[in-house]
Amino acid sequence: MKKSVFLGALTVAGLAATAGAAATLDDVKARGKLNCGVATGVPGFAAPNASGEWEGFDVAVCRGVAAAVLGDPTAVEFVPTTGKTRFTALASGEIDMLARNTTWTFSRDVDLKFTFVGVNYYDGQGFMVPKELGVSSAKELDGATVCIQTGTTTELNLADFFRVNNISYEPVPIETNAEAQQQYLAGACDVYTTDASGLAATRSTFENAADHVILPEIISKEPLGPLVRHGDDEWGDIVRWSLNAMIAAEEYGVTSANVGEMSAAAGDNPEVNRLLGTEGNLGEMLGLDAGWAKMVIESVGNYGEVFESNIGSATPIGLSRGLNAQWTEGGLLYAPPFR
Amino acid sequence: MSNLHADTVAFVRDTMLPQKEPPASTVGLLGWGKKNLFTGPFNTIVTILCTAFIAYVLWMLIPWFFSPTWNATSLGECREMLTAAGKVGEHGTSGACWGVIRERWIQLLFGFYPAELYWRPILAFVLLAPALAPVLFSDKVPGKLLIFSAIYPFLFPWLLWGGTIWSPICAALGFVILYAVVKYGSEAIGQLGAIIAAVVAALVWWLFLSGYVQDGLAAVIPLAIEPVASRDFGGMMLSITIGVVAIACSLPLGIVLALGRQSDLLIVKSLCVGFIEFIRGVPLITLLFVASTLLNIFLPPGTNFDIILRVIIMATLFSAAYMAEVIRGGLAALPKGQYEGADSLGLDYWQAQRLIIMPQALKISIPGIVSTFIGLFKDTTLVSVIGLLDPLGLSNSIRADQAWNGIVWELYMFIAALFFLFCFGMSRYSMYLERKLQTGHR
Repeated sequence: MKKSVFLGALTVAGLAATAGAAATLDDVKARGKLNCGVATGVPGFAAPNASGEWEGFDVAVCRGVAAAVLGDPTAVEFVPTTGKTRFTALASGEIDMLARNTTWTFSRDVDLKFTFVGVNYYDGQGFMVPKELGVSSAKELDGATVCIQTGTTTELNLADFFRVNNISYEPVPIETNAEAQQQYLAGACDVYTTDASGLAATRSTFENAADHVILPEIISKEPLGPLVRHGDDEWGDIVRWSLNAMIAAEEYGVTSANVGEMSAAAGDNPEVNRLLGTEGNLGEMLGLDAGWAKMVIESVGNYGEVFESNIGSATPIGLSRGLNAQWTEGGLLYAPPFR
Repeated sequence: MSNLHADTVAFVRDTMLPQKEPPASTVGLLGWGKKNLFTGPFNTIVTILCTAFIAYVLWMLIPWFFSPTWNATSLGECREMLTAAGKVGEHGTSGACWGVIRERWIQLLFGFYPAELYWRPILAFVLLAPALAPVLFSDKVPGKLLIFSAIYPFLFPWLLWGGTIWSPICAALGFVILYAVVKYGSEAIGQLGAIIAAVVAALVWWLFLSGYVQDGLAAVIPLAIEPVASRDFGGMMLSITIGVVAIACSLPLGIVLALGRQSDLLIVKSLCVGFIEFIRGVPLITLLFVASTLLNIFLPPGTNFDIILRVIIMATLFSAAYMAEVIRGGLAALPKGQYEGADSLGLDYWQAQRLIIMPQALKISIPGIVSTFIGLFKDTTLVSVIGLLDPLGLSNSIRADQAWNGIVWELYMFIAALFFLFCFGMSRYSMYLERKLQTGHR
């Protein structure tokens, strides 16, 4: 008798599992909250402020999706994940999407069975050295001691770079960015290497930032973007096009300030009209309201606004757009047409 | 001539002289110093070297520590303030940046708990004192407080997590069922049968029935306070919650495991030995990863098994295994005569344990038990590796705010001070308890 109860419970659980995996959108709507995995803390990308609200560039993607789906950018449950727990959290369904500085790689996409829905930041690994070292290129770093975070792709990239250029280095393994800063400032290593955005954030906290230079070489491709589980393409589409809406809005000059006005009535630009739902039925195709993209832009802003307010040149991190400029300005951001 | 003694000697003292003060070099500060610090050349040299070292450390630390940066709003502002105060060394400004503590101390204490509900964790932890008092200071408070101690384990989670009042009441009802079945079932089906039946009945109640009863009662009489999600727990509050619950649960569990390991029943014994050796052979961090990731995969998707509850269970199991070994040490230290004495009085197993063996064994194990508690409390910081924001995890998140990126020592010092406060308190209490119970066999 007990056995049958147990089997019955398993069957119910199995049914619930198949049902749960298929319709993330329904789950999110029923819950009234989006469970979004973020980093426990990366300057400019995700961090809680003094009153406990999460802020940052990745956080804005979560808020954008919540605005599109639920019409409320604050309806997000932020789940802090570490580098070790992020993928299981997503695979097990604890979170609906992950927006956590995660590099889009072949094995993560194919082997771990995730769908990267796009790229919100093109990063790359760089080097920082003290100016007094007199180094102007990474190829002059023969024999240098290098502070490197263990267990990351940066470690492998570093080894590749030095091997290809036939020069030697001595690694100083460190665990966290905070530790790296201390070690580097204390002179335990000549060079600190990590993603260029991280280097900029670190350098800006130094008392004498001008005494340190970031070398021009970028030795790896690190396309960072939000990801979802395999198996629910409808949900993947929603996250993908929420991100694309932010990028396209910048291209077409739709900002959080003028979106209300532009969405009030159909304007001259049919692409903008379709984006903002004054023409066509794109929202309906996604299973969302016609004004879904308007909600995204109204509540978090377009890509450029998000960039400038979190990591742009006016912030202490002071990143320039570089590769992350629109394709019309020589960058790589290229949102597919809203049609 | 007389033979009297007085006549033969010139002087006889007939009163005692008043005692003289001891030589100045053997009393007071000087005497103490001479005795303890400057006996012999070797000790003198060691003393001077140590004093010089301490003075050097303080010399470096105190100017850093007393720094006029309490009101700063970012690391940059701290540096400006320090420059204005003239605290500039060869490597730039030197001084602590206390602004981060002013801005974030509430967050380090409460995590993301809603600010308007701070009174609830505060009340819960304040009430911990009267709940513990009858247990810890049994000779100083009225025994009636024990009733409150019994209610407290149900009050505590209700205050922290909120929700309807019926869930703690239903949970408590399970224990009432357990007790009632044991009490009235013993005569009908024997003691062992009654215990088994009671556990089954209680489990059935908790797992299947209490949910419906709870919902029904909540629908009829909606008494509830605002629920708070586990995700909002953080900071010191999270550490204390995990620590207090795990400490409270691991002691009874540890006693049961220790007794089971000594048992003559083969299955009970091998289960207990297997459990203890398995848990002690695995690092806590592995168990935490199991709790946070593996369980997620094994449990059906959509099951919302609270992450903090999972962590508490793992921490409890972990420290229970260590506790069992500490208590087994106490049991082993008891002379055989105590067991035989209990038998000769005609006490049954549980009576002997309760009245004779355990009071002595626990008394002997107090230092070990408290060490395990302190260890467990500090181990709670490991939860930061699975993404829970305990004080150490939060320190990383705070550094991710660009205003405070680069601040390390101030945050760690604050967290260390908090932990020291609790651990030192526990250690002092264990010393008090040892004195009170006179554990030595004198």
